Amino acid sequence: MPLTLADATAAGDGEQDYLWTLNFGPQHPATHTTLRLILKLDGERVVDAIPDLGYLHSGFEKIGEHLDYNQYVTVTDRMNYISPMANNVAWHHAVENLLGIELTPRCKYIRTIIAELARISDHLLSTGAIGLDTGAFTFFLYAFYQREKIYDIFESLCGARFTNSYTRVGGVMHDITPVTITKIREFVSDFPRTVDDMERLLNRNRIFVDRTKNVGLLSKQDAINRSTSGPVARASGVTRDLRKDEPYLAYDDFDFQVCCSNAGDCFARYYVRMAEMRESLKIVEQAVENIPAGPVNVGVDERTTLPSKEQVYQTIEGTITHFELVMANRGFEVPVEESYAAVEAPNGELGFYLVGDGSDVAYRARCRPPSYIHFALFPELIRGHTLSDVVAVLGSLNIIAAELDR
Amino acid sequence: MTVRPEVTVALESRFRDIKVSEFRGRTRVVVEAAQLLDVMTSLRETHGFDLLVDVTCVDYLNYRDAANRFGLVYLLANATSAERLTVRAFVDDPDPTVASLVPLWEGANWMEREVWDMFGIQFEGHPDMRRILLPDEFTAHPLRKDYPLQGRGERHNFPVLARGEG
Repeated sequence: MPLTLADATAAGDGEQDYLWTLNFGPQHPATHTTLRLILKLDGERVVDAIPDLGYLHSGFEKIGEHLDYNQYVTVTDRMNYISPMANNVAWHHAVENLLGIELTPRCKYIRTIIAELARISDHLLSTGAIGLDTGAFTFFLYAFYQREKIYDIFESLCGARFTNSYTRVGGVMHDITPVTITKIREFVSDFPRTVDDMERLLNRNRIFVDRTKNVGLLSKQDAINRSTSGPVARASGVTRDLRKDEPYLAYDDFDFQVCCSNAGDCFARYYVRMAEMRESLKIVEQAVENIPAGPVNVGVDERTTLPSKEQVYQTIEGTITHFELVMANRGFEVPVEESYAAVEAPNGELGFYLVGDGSDVAYRARCRPPSYIHFALFPELIRGHTLSDVVAVLGSLNIIAAELDR
Repeated sequence: MTVRPEVTVALESRFRDIKVSEFRGRTRVVVEAAQLLDVMTSLRETHGFDLLVDVTCVDYLNYRDAANRFGLVYLLANATSAERLTVRAFVDDPDPTVASLVPLWEGANWMEREVWDMFGIQFEGHPDMRRILLPDEFTAHPLRKDYPLQGRGERHNFPVLARGEG
């Protein structure tokens, strides 16, 4: 039987007859995506919350066992769809770790830039949404205007605004062009003004601060015990950031700070995200001014990336590589091994546990979704707060249902 | 980053049949399913692996040279030093069961529920062993290798509420 409202009421004993049950979602403007909560209320106060998930379950991990390492990138776009570029980078980071491919320096820089732009766009939406839900509509519009700018950058980079699918095994779809670099430079010079404006709108806004300070408290010990990562963990004082702790791509080359807070409430999670946007912008700025020259994909002799059309038509190695990669019975040479590799996605640690069986399709493609792990916190965080705090807590965790259910 | 050698040495001396291997700079250990809880407790309490990053499972039904059906994978990390360790344990049909890690990590709760949902592995001592992503009336465990990609018609036979009754 599916979880019904009756189950939730039956859980309480006879003395709690005065409790009443509210069905929140699966379609509700403040869930932003398709997720459902069954709330047990004592007047305005939330006594318990029972998450019911799976409405968007689409079997992404099963599909991962039937699509090859390049094709599956289109599915990762649809996981955390507010920062698809970060998922693309995470997926191919894991694939290249399994295959043992070392990227070219230029590719590392490009991927770092797009991953950080994706982080900015993700944080803009998640902070914007918590503003929207707590009544700050203008703030949300400021955030969305800048998100459009990032979409423009992605569009000029790969032709797609939303579902980018930009990375490839051993490289990226196209090299970055001067037009894109100009757009990124414009964004880098414009964006700080918007962050300043946004912070002026909310940081000392009485209504917003009252609704988020001391709401949804998560202690450092709980944050670790409940496997949180990313801004949610860092807002509770965990200093873990994979960009610093196990530097991947080109993060070692840049000067940036890990943003943390000790408060562990909704305001801290909002604040950490705002601070991270500034740090990401610093990374983008340093990376875009220092992109190394040279090829963007690994060499033809590695037989992992599709060669350019000139190579296919004019060199024998290019032709052979092209056919080797596209023929059904060939493809990548994958070790019969398993490995896990993760990146610091905007929402937390996004990793893939891959099992290779020698073919060009993964035997198992497990995704470690930060939203899923963070949503498990929700009942703990909301207990004892009021109904109006539900949207603040939900917004501060940034639950993306497509990533939650996969 | 590989783990400090003293960790694997301590594990090998304390528990029988521990296999340590390394791949792409990550240390992995294979433990017996019966010893899992003890190994995890010792890793958490003594060796500082305080973060359970993920729990997942692999169905080795058609896998080359596989001796067991299911392999459980536990990804551990140290939240401060960023050290990582992968722990694996194998279980088999007909009754794949392993100890739950919820007593050690609260975060294991939903991860183990997902493994139960997708692979049908029972976690002993789990406080709330229900399906999580799939509806409760679902009978199969779809990430098993003998479950077809297109499903077994569940979508067409899904119960639909009729309007205007009652």
